Amino acid sequence: MKNNKILLGHGSGGKLSAELINTMFLPAFTNEFLSPLGDQAIVNINGTRIAFTTDSYVVNPIFFPGGSIGDVAVNGTVNDLAVGGAQPLYISAGVILEEGMPMEELERVVSDMKNACERAGVQLVTGDTKVVEKGKGDKIFINTSGIGVIEEGIEINPHSVRPGDRIIVNGPIGEHGIAIMSVREGLEFETAIESDTAPLNHLVQDMLNVSKNIRWMRDPTRGGLSSSLNELAQSSKKGITLHESDIPVPESVKAACEILGLDPLYVANEGKLLAVVPAQEAEQIVDVMRKNPQGKDARIIGEVVDDHHGYVLLKTSIGGNRVVDMLAGEQLPRIC
Amino acid sequence: MKYIDEYRDADLIKKQVQKIHEITTKKWAVMEVCGGQTHTIVKTGIDQLLPEEITLIHGPGCPVCVTPLEMIDKALEIASRPDVIFTSFGDMLRVPGSHKDLFSVKADGGNVRIVYSPLDAVKLAQKHPDKKVVFFAVGFETTAPANAMAFWQAKQLGLKNFSILVSHVLVPPAMEAVLDSPFNSVQGFVAAGHVCAVMGYEEYEPMAKKYKVPMVVTGFEPLDLLQGIYMLIKQLEEGRYEVENQYTRAVKREGNIPAKETIYKVFEIGDRAWRGIGVVPNSGYRLKEEFSAYDAEKVFSDIANIQSIESELCISGLVLQGVKKPHECPAFGKECTPMTPLGATMVSSEGACAAYYNYGRYRTSVG
Repeated sequence: MKNNKILLGHGSGGKLSAELINTMFLPAFTNEFLSPLGDQAIVNINGTRIAFTTDSYVVNPIFFPGGSIGDVAVNGTVNDLAVGGAQPLYISAGVILEEGMPMEELERVVSDMKNACERAGVQLVTGDTKVVEKGKGDKIFINTSGIGVIEEGIEINPHSVRPGDRIIVNGPIGEHGIAIMSVREGLEFETAIESDTAPLNHLVQDMLNVSKNIRWMRDPTRGGLSSSLNELAQSSKKGITLHESDIPVPESVKAACEILGLDPLYVANEGKLLAVVPAQEAEQIVDVMRKNPQGKDARIIGEVVDDHHGYVLLKTSIGGNRVVDMLAGEQLPRIC
Repeated sequence: MKYIDEYRDADLIKKQVQKIHEITTKKWAVMEVCGGQTHTIVKTGIDQLLPEEITLIHGPGCPVCVTPLEMIDKALEIASRPDVIFTSFGDMLRVPGSHKDLFSVKADGGNVRIVYSPLDAVKLAQKHPDKKVVFFAVGFETTAPANAMAFWQAKQLGLKNFSILVSHVLVPPAMEAVLDSPFNSVQGFVAAGHVCAVMGYEEYEPMAKKYKVPMVVTGFEPLDLLQGIYMLIKQLEEGRYEVENQYTRAVKREGNIPAKETIYKVFEIGDRAWRGIGVVPNSGYRLKEEFSAYDAEKVFSDIANIQSIESELCISGLVLQGVKKPHECPAFGKECTPMTPLGATMVSSEGACAAYYNYGRYRTSVG
């Protein structure tokens, strides 16, 4: 079925999003910086490598266990820079407010943004506000852009990835997505799960301090682990093998996913990173990650292989294996 | 996770697999009836652990997949109306009708909402007295009690703006249709545990006897399925054809009596069309005549004549009957993917085609 209108699935980070970018935006603007479709563009200005990124935040509800749209708006952009190997420096904020939004709520969002900036060590240096009529927005939409500097010798891109490399995740997955779902209208359920929203730049810095050979990094937000790793498999033209029993999924996330009929591999994170590193340095990198609060549960979850090119394969805990595909659109709860 | 992890224990699974290998001496073709079971099998790779003598045939037990196209077109038509809030379980939203799906209706301005419980649809009706709230009651016997209860509550509350679009189907007639098919190769059934949790399994006993086909009521975790398959193969090897119950922690022979009473209070049995299979006599529930004021097909009676057009490429009917495997379809993974599904078996995560596409595509492409 050909889509002649925008569907919600076009914003899910899955195949529909990819299709929209590849058929609509890429042909119009294609250039050497945009075409790799990384989380950030890397441009060279007077001999300095600058990472540049932008992201828009539309979260409903705007406050959720563990954070708010203000936290993710700063952390998300900081993380998009950090996973490019950059030290984030400056960010901008464009805020679209809906008429009638309580001032007290805006104050909370701004305060969360301020605290997030301080925690990450970035400055918000320029911004813009607009107000739309009631009903034309969802309280608040935030766009942030950011820039950071990449040190010499760091080369993070999918083409650096080699068979044998190990895949690391910095901690348990699925918390942000489930935390949001637990407070969404019509689906309220009680859970102790909080969003994992956090800046990852200090963790990345620790990792880069012990190894300049980190091949690739991503923060698996929308679409979860599976979308990020599928993108890697496709862009690197290598195979990826994951070990189900090594992937850290909190009990409460597992339980919520069981009830809702969802797969934790596709649930969003806001404070996680995936890193591909040379096998011989993997243990050392995991060790240093575990000393940072954002990486205390870091572990190796799989490896890059010279087989099933372009696919992510999961070795199940009972000894079978299956393809972990990218989602078509939103993950849909099952009937029974 | 307690009470789940125990049924996914790798060591116990290995032992159960070993036991199946030990007793299997001949070729057997068995069908797991329920889409949820297919999902577990392909997701965990159980099929790769079994002896090669055993062929698993994926059954018609996916409610999304067998909902007839005409019914989906009706749902799309109703959902498009400005005075309607249309509520549905999530995986119905991407099921293609003749021309579009519920997601595109939503994008066109239709008020389409995912609910997790039919009772949420009743709440919406209370909250929006100016709108007609319609619930798409799809499913097998498993979802029937909750759907019946939703209707019953709406009636008790005196809600005039709530109706249900009923497309309920029943498992035993579908199993008989499989057995009666001239292409049938099924020698035993892994019967659907959740359906039996509601209905019990008395009604399966005459069928097992008549067709001389063993059945084992089975759960949905990997260990459940392996134990169910073991019990079934054991019966086949010993020449028995009984109805046995593997899923004793959830299923009683007589089923859940209050749930059944709720169903019979609200629904009556009637003929039902199955997508890809055709009309199967006495194979579904419909709302009792006395409740027709709550029947969306009657409330929106002006939608009766819809021309539904099936894709010519799609062989989902043969897949649902276990005659073909998904990857034997020429359109599989080409014209037909979860992004561009031609048939419902590619939409629902319980559908055999989607399960093969999502989890087994690489395996099937390399043999």
